[in-house]
Amino acid sequence: MEIRFTLNSIEQSIEITKSQTLFDYLRNSGIKSVKYGCDDGRCGACAVLIDNKAFNSCLILMHTLNGKTVETIENFGGNRELHPLQKQFIDEGAIQCGYCTPGMLISLEALNRENQNPNEDEIKDALAGNLCRCTGYVKPILAAKSTKEHENE
Amino acid sequence: MKVIGKKTPRVDGVALATGKPVFTDDVSVADTVFIKILRSPHAHAKIVEIDKSEAMGISGVVTILTHEDFPAHYYTTAGQGYPEPSPRDTRILDSTVRFVGDEVAIVAAETNEIAEKSIEKIIVKYEILPANFEMEKATESSSLHPESGKTGIYNTQKNMASHLEAEIGDAEKAFSESEHIFEGTYSTPFVQHAQIEPHITLTWLDENGRLNVRTATQVPFHVRRIVAEVTNFPISKIRVIKPRIGGGFGGKQEILTETLCSAITLKTGRPARLELTREEEFYATRSRHPQKISLKIGLDENQKITAMTANILENCGAYGPHALTVMSVTAQKLFSIYKMQNFKVVGNAVYTNLPIAAAYRGYGAPQAFFALESLMDEIATELGICPIEFRKKNLFELGDELPIMRALGEGREGFKAFVNSNGLAECMEKGRKLIGWDEFQQSDKNSPIQRGIGVATSAQGSGIAGIDMASAFIKMNEDGSFNLLVGATDLGTGSDTALAQIAAEVLCVAVEKIIVYSSDTDLTPFDTGAYASSTTYVSGGAVKKAAEKVIEQILEQGQKFLNLENVKIENEFVIAETGDKISFKDLCTKSFYTENQMQIMAEASNMSFDSPQPFNATFAIVEVDTETGFVTVGKIVSITDAGKIINPQMSEGQVEGSIPQSLGMVLSEFMTFDENGKMTNTNFDDYHIFTSLDMPEIIVDFVETDEPTAPFGAKAVAEIPINAPAPAVVNAIFNACGVRIRNLPITPEKVMKKKI
Repeated sequence: MEIRFTLNSIEQSIEITKSQTLFDYLRNSGIKSVKYGCDDGRCGACAVLIDNKAFNSCLILMHTLNGKTVETIENFGGNRELHPLQKQFIDEGAIQCGYCTPGMLISLEALNRENQNPNEDEIKDALAGNLCRCTGYVKPILAAKSTKEHENE
Repeated sequence: MKVIGKKTPRVDGVALATGKPVFTDDVSVADTVFIKILRSPHAHAKIVEIDKSEAMGISGVVTILTHEDFPAHYYTTAGQGYPEPSPRDTRILDSTVRFVGDEVAIVAAETNEIAEKSIEKIIVKYEILPANFEMEKATESSSLHPESGKTGIYNTQKNMASHLEAEIGDAEKAFSESEHIFEGTYSTPFVQHAQIEPHITLTWLDENGRLNVRTATQVPFHVRRIVAEVTNFPISKIRVIKPRIGGGFGGKQEILTETLCSAITLKTGRPARLELTREEEFYATRSRHPQKISLKIGLDENQKITAMTANILENCGAYGPHALTVMSVTAQKLFSIYKMQNFKVVGNAVYTNLPIAAAYRGYGAPQAFFALESLMDEIATELGICPIEFRKKNLFELGDELPIMRALGEGREGFKAFVNSNGLAECMEKGRKLIGWDEFQQSDKNSPIQRGIGVATSAQGSGIAGIDMASAFIKMNEDGSFNLLVGATDLGTGSDTALAQIAAEVLCVAVEKIIVYSSDTDLTPFDTGAYASSTTYVSGGAVKKAAEKVIEQILEQGQKFLNLENVKIENEFVIAETGDKISFKDLCTKSFYTENQMQIMAEASNMSFDSPQPFNATFAIVEVDTETGFVTVGKIVSITDAGKIINPQMSEGQVEGSIPQSLGMVLSEFMTFDENGKMTNTNFDDYHIFTSLDMPEIIVDFVETDEPTAPFGAKAVAEIPINAPAPAVVNAIFNACGVRIRNLPITPEKVMKKKI
């Protein structure tokens, strides 16, 4: 089966199998920011943006992506220019092991695109699907808040 | 100080924030085979026969290994000091399985899917043996480890993996003379590390036939030693590389996937990859030892503790990695905060047919402080005295000896230890203000929601006295930067950054000038690894010593190049009294190419016979719904004395992250088993770790002390804050509704049952 979709701003036209997940496709295509944490959509480490909303890529079958736009944090600017959220995550000490960081950044970016001025409860809601065992979510929430404050300055 | 104590972003921050391929599984090697493990469905059974013919016949299956492929050599999976104090009771693939999930066979295939299909086709004939799931019945149950050749087991017939006892003074006599005596028995469940990155290993043979092991580990040098021993392959031909790792908390102090993966590569000659599934992480890796601790405390008429006895029963599960040493820490920590002349402790660690417990952040101390700080609260309530004042009047003081440390080391006799820094009383005072202890008001008695407040304290260590050793190597580059090579292992804590700060401070340069490379057994010098809160204290000490040697060399070269005696360092220049100066850049370039040629470089090793204690006081405010028994933690204040703080932001992060792990142990995290010993909650829905929505308000602060034995006065911070939140919450629940629960976890059912 062939599908067409956009991955990190580049249009793709690829052959897929019916049971192939987006997670497997991304990892096999060299997109390593999506992480394995649980297999079943419970940890958020493999989250990506699909048409601006956050989804766990391990639960997305490739054939459902026809015509859609997929983004991972590889599309956030990388080393040349950090995305404001990436910058604040570093500055506020929101990264410890960093394994769940890409997923958290995806969830927060999805929130940003939907809601220009989220409050703390909305930030916590956005992160509810991202399990983190290192930070207690304190500094990631702080980083999300301070990103907004910087943007509003 | 210019760098120590200052905000310093992580040295690996940009790579992690941009999702660069820095973790074990983010690189791939061509021609890799994928490994899956066939695990036992029985809690205790002898393998009578394994028929792998059908499984081998599946196209794409490369090899299948079982116990028949390995000699009966016994080792421990515990990555700790050598010779290990843990019993050598484990075989790589055994002919007997001892818990549901024990390893039976490994399949290597061209893909994961083929490997999965293949393990289903392996036919195993088992002879079922009697199984025991209760630690209280372990000594009467049939032996789990009767095989000869196993060593270090305290009593094989009675299923006792380890035993300890220590006594100072005469506790029984002191009890007979005490004004008050209080007793209580406290128990904790199996809990899981639940780090988000599972155990994962990649192995391959390089162009010289050397075995490369890229693995998510906290202990690369122990991995090299144990892989060499188990696969009978020389240490000189093994290189272990630890990339960034996605959390460990002690779970990656075990050698689990490395031995199996290496065996496949050595057998097939092909690169191999073994990643555990989340389900396997839950039932087949490691967990926190359940313990049952009986305490008895005697007090004089001034409410001073005169004596304490402790009886510890520890559940190891099917094998005994860390059995003795975790229990030793429990015993040590029971006598580490409050001063008394008489104490006695007896501990037994026993085998059951359940998943295996081992090292988990806190390492026996969370169990100790749940028991001790619960009982201290019960005493204060009984005597009608302030729990803070009661604790404060019993604290060890500066200069006091900690007699337990001499009587009981970790696995062997201990060393004399003294309290050289202790900010615990100040921690309690600071926390008291920040939580609003004196102003706190309980809810109206008729309200269904009852609010309560509680406090608990704790101590930990900084490395293992007389055992942990670390080393560092520093060399200078001609742009004035320095390579810092350390065996120390950053498991996400930020230790690479803290060590870079220590080097930068001594070398008088910015942190950006320090290029850290860590945890590669070919390129970095030895370090026992990241455990026991040792990295800042032990490895930091090595970095400081190495940097001091480098500074001496820079000064000597400066004297020669400037041809002047009295020189000092300022802003990356060597400057003479006359004002003549040479930059670090020019000094190193000259040293490389033109004058008095040499590489400015130095190495140093460090170990300590001290393990100074960091301290913590944690305060909790909870709400108990008395109609449902549901407990909500509203606020946690955690105040820590970790000596001087090297990196404030990262230290806060350690505390903030440990709090939900401790709250999980009280309220939502516990492994459950069916009647056959099979773990039943093996996913993140049924085993609930705290999410962003579960988090209480958290206030973190520090009381800085100056530990004289430590690099820049810094004690450890990684484990200490995980101990006290649990008992603080338990005490707050009692304060809220009068329900005292002595066996964790606290479920709504237990609260309701006790209430009636």
